[in-house]
Amino acid sequence: METPATRLTHKKLFAGFFQAGIIGFGGVLPVARRIIVEERGWLTAEGFNDLFSLCQFLPGANIVNFAFAFGARHRGISGAAAACGGLLGAPVLIILVLSAAYKRYGGLAPVQHGLAGLAAAAAGLVLATAIKMATPIFTIRRNIALAFLVLALVLLVKISLLLTVALVLPVSLFLSWRDT
Amino acid sequence: MTTLLTIGEIFARLSLLAVGGVNSTVPEIFREVVTERHWMSPAVFAQNFAIANAAPGPNCLIVTMIGAQLAGIPGGLVATFAMVLPSGVCAIFVSGLWEKFRAARWRRIIQAALLPLTAGLVLAAGAVLVEQADTGWVTILVTVAAVLLCWRTRIHPLWVLGAGTITGLVLG
Repeated sequence: METPATRLTHKKLFAGFFQAGIIGFGGVLPVARRIIVEERGWLTAEGFNDLFSLCQFLPGANIVNFAFAFGARHRGISGAAAACGGLLGAPVLIILVLSAAYKRYGGLAPVQHGLAGLAAAAAGLVLATAIKMATPIFTIRRNIALAFLVLALVLLVKISLLLTVALVLPVSLFLSWRDT
Repeated sequence: MTTLLTIGEIFARLSLLAVGGVNSTVPEIFREVVTERHWMSPAVFAQNFAIANAAPGPNCLIVTMIGAQLAGIPGGLVATFAMVLPSGVCAIFVSGLWEKFRAARWRRIIQAALLPLTAGLVLAAGAVLVEQADTGWVTILVTVAAVLLCWRTRIHPLWVLGAGTITGLVLG
């Protein structure tokens, strides 16, 4: 692990990620990049990309992984806790309030109509994300075949995610190994 | 208590399977809590997902929302910890070794192998959500417009979610 020249305090870690979490609507990544690279200068653009590409490579929420890894780099386990707590604290609280409101008022007719529109738009966002992910890699035919194999296993065969990954990943790894 | 344990178990298991991000696990969360256990209706699932999307913070908060729907505040907290801790600990360990294998051939092989998997899973997530959310011509139009706007323009997603909500209110 590269030890940073200046170790950030727990308070700074918490505050930086808190800011990213609370203003990060519809994706925290751009906000986190601005705060960490441009506003606070904690990492260079290259340093940010490097650590973020690792977090994309690993399973789990990318930006949360980033907070864990970045916090740990500065202050070990407690630094990871500070960064992650900062990132998730306020948003989790907001979600819990929204959930309580949804349970209480979600059944009202106008709320139902609004939520139906919101859910339709959110579904569209996920589809658009999927299309954006697929476009650059679908130039290779085996990627199309593998992605649609996953799609069929999940939607039609309805097997578990563990089984899907266990079946498709070895094939994908083999093909990728052969071509690299 | 059993519910909390089950929630923790479900999301801890998914944490290390969330290839490329939490959206990859949406079909599996749906399968676990709607199809297998009938803990909530498909419409409630889609609405919980949508509310989490409209709130500030990382998109992994979908698990907080689902946990809270199932078991209130403790459910939301358990789901969140279960989802972020295993992958977070993994990130801490691997980032310590990152320098050693950043340029390694096998890392590029794994990365290339994961991409189609993630794309397939997020496509499946989109399909699951569309199936639940699009119940009439208004919602279908909202989804199509949202796809086109987010795919083809640089509009902020929050505007798209807001416009969808207003369309639902006015035409629903």
